[in-house]
Parts: sequence; C-alpha cells; structure tokens
Amino acid sequence: MRFLRAVWAIFWKDVRAEFRTKDIFTGMFIFALLAVLIFNFAFELRVENVRQVLPGVIWVAIVFAGMLGLNRSFILELDRGSLEGLLLAPVDRAAIYFGKMLGNLVFMLAVEIVLLPITVVLFNVNVLQPAILLVVFLGTFGFAIVGTVFAAMAVNTRAREVLLPVLLLPVMVPILIAAVKASGNLLNGSTLAEEMGWLRLMGVFDVVFLAVAYMTFDYVLEE
Amino acid sequence: MSRRIGILEGLTIVAAVLMVINLYMGLIYAPDPVNLQTEVTRKAQHIFYYHMGMNIMALLGLGTNFVASVVYLITRRRIWDVVARSAAEIGVIFGTAVLITGSLWARPTWNTWWTWDPRLTTATITVLLYVAYLMLRNAVEDPNRRARFAAVYGAFAFVSVPITFMSIRWWRTIHPTVFGGQSSGAQGEFALGPSIRQALFFSMFTFAVVFVVFLAARVRLALAEERVAELREAVLVRLSRGAEVDPVQQQGGA
Repeated sequence: MRFLRAVWAIFWKDVRAEFRTKDIFTGMFIFALLAVLIFNFAFELRVENVRQVLPGVIWVAIVFAGMLGLNRSFILELDRGSLEGLLLAPVDRAAIYFGKMLGNLVFMLAVEIVLLPITVVLFNVNVLQPAILLVVFLGTFGFAIVGTVFAAMAVNTRAREVLLPVLLLPVMVPILIAAVKASGNLLNGSTLAEEMGWLRLMGVFDVVFLAVAYMTFDYVLEE
Repeated sequence: MSRRIGILEGLTIVAAVLMVINLYMGLIYAPDPVNLQTEVTRKAQHIFYYHMGMNIMALLGLGTNFVASVVYLITRRRIWDVVARSAAEIGVIFGTAVLITGSLWARPTWNTWWTWDPRLTTATITVLLYVAYLMLRNAVEDPNRRARFAAVYGAFAFVSVPITFMSIRWWRTIHPTVFGGQSSGAQGEFALGPSIRQALFFSMFTFAVVFVVFLAARVRLALAEERVAELREAVLVRLSRGAEVDPVQQQGGA
C-alpha cells in the first residue's frame, strides 16, 4: 500500500508538472505529426500501398516522439536538481521507477490518442479498431518499461540525450517487428485470434523487461 | 604473477597450433559438399567452418559479458567489470567477422552480399547492441557509475537477444539451419557428413580456445592500463606537490 502510494505520488507529480507547462506533450505530439507528414512526402502514401506502409509510419513516429518524452522526463529532474530530492525521499527506488514509467506511458498514450484519429483522417484507413489499439498499448508499454531505465542512464552520461536512441532502438526491435506486423495484418482483415502470436510476444517482452527493470533500477539510481 | 603469464603464453601457443590444424581441417580435410550445384558454391562452403567458429567466439563473448555483468552487480568487484568489457569487445569484433564471412559466402550462394533475412538481421542487431554497450561505457567517466550502467545495459541486451530472435523466426528465412530445425527450401543447405562434422566441431573447439586466450590477454591488458593510470596519477600528485614544496625550500635555503 505504502509502495503504491509512493508510485502514485511520483506519477501524479509528473502529470501535474506536465499540466502546467504542457512542454512534453506538445513537443511529442507536434513531432509525431510532423514525422507522419514527412513520411507522407517521402513515400507518397497513396491509397494502394498505404495499408502496408501506415503501421510502420505510425510506429516510427511513436518511437521517435517517445524518445523525446523519455529524455525530458529525467533531464527536467536533473536540471532542476529535483532528482536528489526524489532519491532522498524515504521510498523504495522501485517506486521511483514505476512512477516515472507510468508517467512516460501516459504521456505517450496521450499523444497516440490524438495522433491515431488524425492518421485516420489523413490516410482514410481505419486504425481505430480495438485489436489495433491493444497492439498499440502493449507496444507502448514495452517502450516505456525499457525506455525509462535507459533514459535514467542516458541523462547521467556525457552524451546525454544523444545516447538514448543508440541504447534503446536495438532493444526495441522485437516490439517494433511485432507491432508493425500485427497492426499491418489486422488492417488487412486478419482477426485478433490470428495475431495472438505477436500479441503474446509483446506480452512476454513486457513482462520479462518489467522484471529486469525492477531488478536493476536500484543500480541505476544508486549514489 | 609470472606463473599466470606462463599459463597464458602456453595457451596462446596451443591456440596457434590448433588454428593451423583447424585451417587444414576446414580447407583440405573436409570434403566439398556434394549436393551443392556449382564448383564456386562448393568451395565457398568451406568458409562455413570459420564462420561457425567465430560465431562461437562471438556468442561466448556475449554470454561471458552477461555473466560478468550480473556477477559485478552482486559482488561489486572491479575485475568483473573488466571481464565484461573485454568480453563485449571480443563479441563485437567477432560478431562483425561473422557478418563479413557470411556475406562472402552469400555472394556466390545466394547471389547477393546481403539480404534482410531474419537471422542476418538478428546478428546485426546483436552486434549493434554491444556497440551501444561500448558507447555507453565511453560516455561515462566515473568508473563505478560506468561499471553499474554497463552491467545493467549488459543484462538488458542479453535478455533481448532471444526475444529478438523469436520475433524474427516468424518471418520466412532462407538461412540454412544446420543443427536441428526444419528449413526446407533454404538455399545453400548441405548435409553434415562425418568428416564435415569433425572439421566443424574441431573448428568450434579451436575458436573457443582462442576466445579464452583473447579474453585473458584483454583482461590482463585492461588491468595493466588501470595500473598505469593509477601510477601516472600518483606521479602527477607527487610532481605537483614537489613544485609547491620546492620554492619554499629554496627560500629557506636562501
């Protein structure tokens, strides 16, 4: 109970800070939208091939936008000197991880909630199916789980935000493959039952890395 | 101290001799696989013995990196950080060599240097994971923090490899599966006859010995580097102290 309260307090602190400035959400959202538009110019997403390409476009936009948000979430703490405050708080370090991770997850989901309807309008492909939303959620969850740990490390290095994509992208490959494949198939008329393999893969990814993150986050924030 | 160096030197000689025999085994002793169509693909197949051997080295490097990372996090002894780093370097270099030898073989057999075959893709991603690992190390100055971050990333990287492999397995593959598994229709596949098998296992053993030699030599070098850095610091401290003290002494003398 105490643990959950600490998680909630850290999560809510981030959400409230975000409500005041809206820096992270605006930055992530505009970036994701621009990415989708740039892809539209780069690949000429016409009606014939848009179903094949769109899941990839959406996922690249989500991943790059997510990286912006992940970097901000720890750079803000570091620059304001509030990370020490968090570390001094008499709570389990894992609570800091879960609070931060939930914050990152919610910011990314918020961006997706706005981005996906816009892609429906722009490309006339209905991505707002429950099965696809489940894929998007599982993928985003995995991204936040791993990304939060790596962001906490990256901001404490000399290279700071430059390092995060280098660390994160190779680990995110299974999520990207599974999410793009599953949502692509679903757009082409397959059912959720047929895509269970990909969903299970993302589920395994999420559970395994949540466990690894839980075990290792202490070492990241130790000093 | 001198005794350990003796063992390493002895093992180095053993590895060198094994490697010469290994060249004979793979290039001459092992017959050309009969089922392959053209002369070129039959000859090119011989690179497989070294491709597989270096693959063993790369895998040992990555496995050692993971074990050493976990042991470091538990024991906090610097030596394990040094082992993890050395193993990752070997893994990156020989992982890259596996990709290059694979490419050389693929050119005559698949008629292309590179294809986005899942297994090739996984191997590339794995090499990039450990390049990222080494980049992370380079970006952190404080040795303790570097060791902790590297060990955490090493754990994530190692755990991600089988999941990445699973995710790509569901894609169609044209890479031959030599051990177990069905890959009917794989191009360039060949049966494992007895002498091919002998040459293959000998090569894998040889490269495993080479791995041990490289790891031991790299760890010794890294420890020597650290020692040199410590000594240099000590000398600098003494010199700067000397520079402060000297004028005072001169004044006292005058």
